[in-house]
Amino acid sequence: MSQATRYVLFAIWVAALAATPLWADNYTVRLAIIIAMYSALALSWNFIGGFVGYPSFSTAAFFGLGCYAGALTQKAGLPMVGAWVFATLFVGAFAAVLGVIILRLRGHYFAIASFAIVEVVRLVISSWGDLTGGGDGLNVPLVTGGPDAVAQTFLAVMIVIMLTVFAVTVFVDRNRLGFGLRCIKQNENAADMVGVDTTRYKVIAYTLSAMFCGTVGAAYASWTGYIDPSDSFSVLMTVKVPVMCLLGGAGTVFGPIVGTTAFLLLEEFFWARFLEYNRAILGAVIVILIFFLPGGLLRISYRDMVKRLTGRVSQGAAP
Amino acid sequence: MTILQTLVNGIVLGALYACLAVGFSLVWGVLNIINMLHGSLIILGGYLTFFAWHSYGIHPLLALPFVAIFIFCIGYVLQLTLINRVVNEPVLTTLTLTFGLDLILYNIMNVYYTATPVRVTLDLGIVQIGNIVMPVDRLLGMALALILTGLLYVVMRGSRIGRAIVAVRMDRTAAELMGVRVDRIYAVTFGIGALMAGAAGAVFSMVYPVTTNLTGAFLGKAFVVCVIGGLGSVPGALVGGLVLGIIESFAGQFFGPQHALTVGFLLMLFLLVVKPTGLTGIKGYE
Amino acid sequence: MSEPILVLEDVSRNFGGILALSEISFSLKEGEIVALIGPNGAGKTTLVNAITGVHPASSGRIRFLGVDVTGQRPFQAARRGLARTFQIVQPFPQMTVLENVAAGALFGGAHANMHDAMATAREKLEFTGLAQFADRSASALTLAGRKRLELAKSLAMKPKILMLDEVNAGLNASEIDGALALIRRIADQGVTIFIIEHLMKVVLSLAQRVLVLHHGSLIADGNPTDIVNDPRVIEAYLGEKFARRIKESAGNV
Repeated sequence: MSQATRYVLFAIWVAALAATPLWADNYTVRLAIIIAMYSALALSWNFIGGFVGYPSFSTAAFFGLGCYAGALTQKAGLPMVGAWVFATLFVGAFAAVLGVIILRLRGHYFAIASFAIVEVVRLVISSWGDLTGGGDGLNVPLVTGGPDAVAQTFLAVMIVIMLTVFAVTVFVDRNRLGFGLRCIKQNENAADMVGVDTTRYKVIAYTLSAMFCGTVGAAYASWTGYIDPSDSFSVLMTVKVPVMCLLGGAGTVFGPIVGTTAFLLLEEFFWARFLEYNRAILGAVIVILIFFLPGGLLRISYRDMVKRLTGRVSQGAAP
Repeated sequence: MTILQTLVNGIVLGALYACLAVGFSLVWGVLNIINMLHGSLIILGGYLTFFAWHSYGIHPLLALPFVAIFIFCIGYVLQLTLINRVVNEPVLTTLTLTFGLDLILYNIMNVYYTATPVRVTLDLGIVQIGNIVMPVDRLLGMALALILTGLLYVVMRGSRIGRAIVAVRMDRTAAELMGVRVDRIYAVTFGIGALMAGAAGAVFSMVYPVTTNLTGAFLGKAFVVCVIGGLGSVPGALVGGLVLGIIESFAGQFFGPQHALTVGFLLMLFLLVVKPTGLTGIKGYE
Repeated sequence: MSEPILVLEDVSRNFGGILALSEISFSLKEGEIVALIGPNGAGKTTLVNAITGVHPASSGRIRFLGVDVTGQRPFQAARRGLARTFQIVQPFPQMTVLENVAAGALFGGAHANMHDAMATAREKLEFTGLAQFADRSASALTLAGRKRLELAKSLAMKPKILMLDEVNAGLNASEIDGALALIRRIADQGVTIFIIEHLMKVVLSLAQRVLVLHHGSLIADGNPTDIVNDPRVIEAYLGEKFARRIKESAGNV
């Protein structure tokens, strides 16, 4: 498929999402909002996980912080959009500082640290009851208008966020930043040696991967009108988002969107039928993804699939 | 509560943490895999022990070896059939795979057992020495945890299979050339990791209520213990467990129990950044 | 005589308690070809690592073009024009040969955009004789090819000094001749060459000056013919006893 065809298909897809209020019921509109929202999160994760190849599992920390930053500033009197912008900048700054500290870890240690950050932020928010309402959660000023109007507003908002992250992705992909990030992914020491400021590049990628999660979180808080720590900092989200990105093809421009869409439609399909087993189904999707689609849907390679199925440890020496 | 009492509580808790984490540490150290299933395997061990006791009246001490062997088999089969195929892939792949398997196991347990906390109540009374009070079942739990951890140490040092695992950990290629079947050793290692999780779960069910809601918390403890103590060694896990137990005990005393967990995680993050080889300085894989 | 381009003053480096480099002082003049020799474990690669900031010097000073660069990071060295190749080649395996070289041009050679970087990369591939492999994956090259790729990548960084860490190790005789010709052509462009080498043939035919490192100390610095007759050098390479015997047999003749 040529790049131009992909852009056209993407445009059609965005138009279809945006048009759901015209032709579909509220439930479908809600699904469209969720798809746009998770697409933005998966595109964000792609900066650090896809381009740089760092196993980051801190999406939920950024999303959750965004929820609280947006909700609290909104409660303090900032207009809604102002609160979203604040959340974006706040989460971006948080990630930049954090990145300087933890991005020198590699591999498993980075993965564990990024997991731990979700927990620490969640625990801090839960125990800071005076400010955040603790485990009781926090009410966010509701958007005026009927449910239909609210849904339409937030569909538009989530699509705009998704398109913004997409535009940044395209820019990074074509820019020297993207090239440098790919160099780091393939050989970090060699990247350093050819003059890539690896620390700065990684911090930029990590910040990009965080800030739009903050926007999404803040918009989500305004949309639902209520947030609590367990919903905002869900371990499930922190793994779901990378899985969506991997499902489509990590490090590609369209992969996160394809993956998110496939994942959520699949989940929707099974959810309705096997509500009791929804986590197991997510698990099964992951297992299938790892064994049958190692490069994601956009890079299906049947030869790799066969190799994977017949492969043994002794043959699969690390490159 | 006196400082001495807090310290004793911490040591008892720490022994349990060591037992809980030692299998996770082994798998990480030898296979270079973060086993996200570990928390669920602990809970599975706890549930099986509880239901053997509750439904059939089997004493937990009697059930423990069978539960452990059963969970060993689960681990062995999972590694041999699935995880071995991606064992050399980047963290993202292996971690995501074990997380996927964890979701499946977690979901099955939730459907069969529901999330209601269950606990084996042995009613062994309490002992008091001076000002220090301690329920006997906790002491029993601590003793069992230490015995199990010690057993693993003996197996790793003394048995043929233990030596083979250590050999694979040190130098896989050399071990392969000497005729060690690496895929089998990996499967056995993962099996032992699972076995220790199951046994730890059985011990836990005698001391504290267990529920599927705790899988994440237990996994988190395993992370922290490993980072504190250093990877892939039994003494490391023991040191890590005891340090975490004592710290949590005192943190709970001074800042309130809800902060005990935060302090553990913060200590881990600090150590990760400052000294990723852990307090014991035993070098990990990366 | 021209000003020195690189100056090391009492550079030391220790790892834990072990002194890997001990008070190394020397300088390179612009356009020189200098060889660094020494037995295995003498600290040759450590010295290059200290200069390029991989393992910065524990004490002492390094000046490059008059600027103090002692604590620099590797990427800064690359941008300043201190390029190096590795004993063990370090390509970006899943990129094409062209992209590998373009990475050097874009980041190390301070090109403003991808287009210019690609143009420079093509030029360097032509120069190193890799043009026909431009679109192949870097991991598909032979060892000799990958060593050339390292060279091309370093050249794309517009180096003022090129440090070559055993570029000839593992190559056969004709491949070595090719590499030598290439290094000479690079030197002709005015690039200062600092080459770590085991093969005396290469050292003698290429270098204008030779530095000898032994147990982390610089034991000799002079022209190639003097160096090969220096008793300390012979001792370092062959051991004390053997050196004495050579001296005695030389005396007998």
